[in-house]
Amino acid sequence: MELNLPIYLDNNATTPMDPRVLEAMIPYFTEKFGNAASRNHSFGWVAEEAVDYAREQVAKLINADPKEIIFTSGATEADNLAIKGVYDMYATKGNHIITCTTEHKAVLDTCKHIEKMGGLVTYLDVKEDGLVDLQELEHAITDKTVLITIMYGNNETGVVQPIREISKIAKKHGILFFTDGTQAVGKIPVDVNADGIDLMAFSGHKMYGPKGVGALYVRRKNPRVKVTSQMDGGGHERGMRSGTLNVPAIVGFGKACELCMNEMESEAIRLSAMRDRLENGLMELEETYVNGNREHRLPHTANISFKYVEGEGLMMGFNKNIALSSGSACTSASLEPSYVLKALGLGDDLAHSSLRFGLGRFTTDEQIDFTIDAIKDTVLKLREMSPLWEMFKEGVDINAIEWAHH
Amino acid sequence: MAYSDKVIDHYSNPKNVGTLDKAKTNVGTGLVGAPECGDVMRLQIEVDEESGVIRDAKFKTFGCGSAIASSSLATEWLKGKTVDQALAIDNMAIVEELNLPPVKIHCSVLAEDAIKAAINDYRVKNGLPELVAEKKAH
Repeated sequence: MELNLPIYLDNNATTPMDPRVLEAMIPYFTEKFGNAASRNHSFGWVAEEAVDYAREQVAKLINADPKEIIFTSGATEADNLAIKGVYDMYATKGNHIITCTTEHKAVLDTCKHIEKMGGLVTYLDVKEDGLVDLQELEHAITDKTVLITIMYGNNETGVVQPIREISKIAKKHGILFFTDGTQAVGKIPVDVNADGIDLMAFSGHKMYGPKGVGALYVRRKNPRVKVTSQMDGGGHERGMRSGTLNVPAIVGFGKACELCMNEMESEAIRLSAMRDRLENGLMELEETYVNGNREHRLPHTANISFKYVEGEGLMMGFNKNIALSSGSACTSASLEPSYVLKALGLGDDLAHSSLRFGLGRFTTDEQIDFTIDAIKDTVLKLREMSPLWEMFKEGVDINAIEWAHH
Repeated sequence: MAYSDKVIDHYSNPKNVGTLDKAKTNVGTGLVGAPECGDVMRLQIEVDEESGVIRDAKFKTFGCGSAIASSSLATEWLKGKTVDQALAIDNMAIVEELNLPPVKIHCSVLAEDAIKAAINDYRVKNGLPELVAEKKAH
């Protein structure tokens, strides 16, 4: 197979849309343009029928009932709706939420908002491998706890949390369990019943569907969960999320879920083999570390630190041909390195030296081999240029130096 | 954010990467920055003791492309200058030459700090008092 450049290895940020998804969507922009809420004419019926079908496709992927799917603008909105919606709805029961420090900002910042409104939030630390400590989780529960929110798979490290164990603890204490499933749904089998999930957020554009559409799963039985609407209006989505439905995007989301349902199993095998090939190739370099638990993780994600080189400088060596992300401060507006990696106990220096690889449906073996070579070359070149590498090679203890922090 | 052509050029073909013998009295070494902050620069000058002219300059940098380019450019500018002339190199000249965006100005400040640190090291080695530089915001 020939090599296609540039290589896209940032599939945890977003995925390209599958052409089959686009094909399904197109009629709903033009001839089938109706409002799914128009009950009195065929244009509305056609749109409503398409949404109903998509709802079934989405529900099937996570073994839910279609009535349990609330369409949103994406996972961020679904995270907000779940956390704020539960906090508001169960205010008489309590005001305490438990989460962890490696959650996505959509969860962490929503929790901060809850604190501003007078709620209490416990942010659990994670272990060095990125997993939540179940004993600590159980200890954090109080009689005011209404919600546990722990993500399914981490966007930076790919670490998959012990969802079934967490949901058992939640159930035992009569607490609702919400999980941000954005990176996991469509990549690994997620079953809301077997996993004991009460609410779950996920998104179209992380699974080869369109941007601007996502869903919140809200359990209807054992227990029947309710969330207070955060968007008021026409009472769409069983009153939990008003706003005219984005029919073409929902149709695309449904199709994307159907494709994942059919292809996820073989895709996961193919991707984890490529991910391992990538890791093994890069680990031939000295002083190279895989971040996060290597057993419990998503098949398409790898996070690797190349000690003594800085992530952004490293990416500059190949970013003409390879697109990926770094945990380095320089790539973010905040100038702070990745809080997720720091939560795993990595020093700032290792966090600055990390790259995140997000493989996807369209990644090829040729691209992986090209990436291994390009990154190895750049790491070696930059280490020749790195004063820290020289000190390491001379046996100087870098931690013993008094650095001038600025 | 796209890099300027000059930054890319210095990154791809860095000038004067290397190490001078720091034990020599006519070599000054400046090591600035911190690994935790994502950039560390080591800049060295070798001074011709008769003329006071910087004969050679070398650097090694751990950091982003702009940090590497700033230090590479600094070594180019240092060569052939007297120590006093070198002291006058201002970080804003590096910013202008490399078209650094505002978030990368700290790279140029670090390069200026590295120059001053190397000169001070040289001065101290040769019995001259250390110069106290005004502190620039990073």
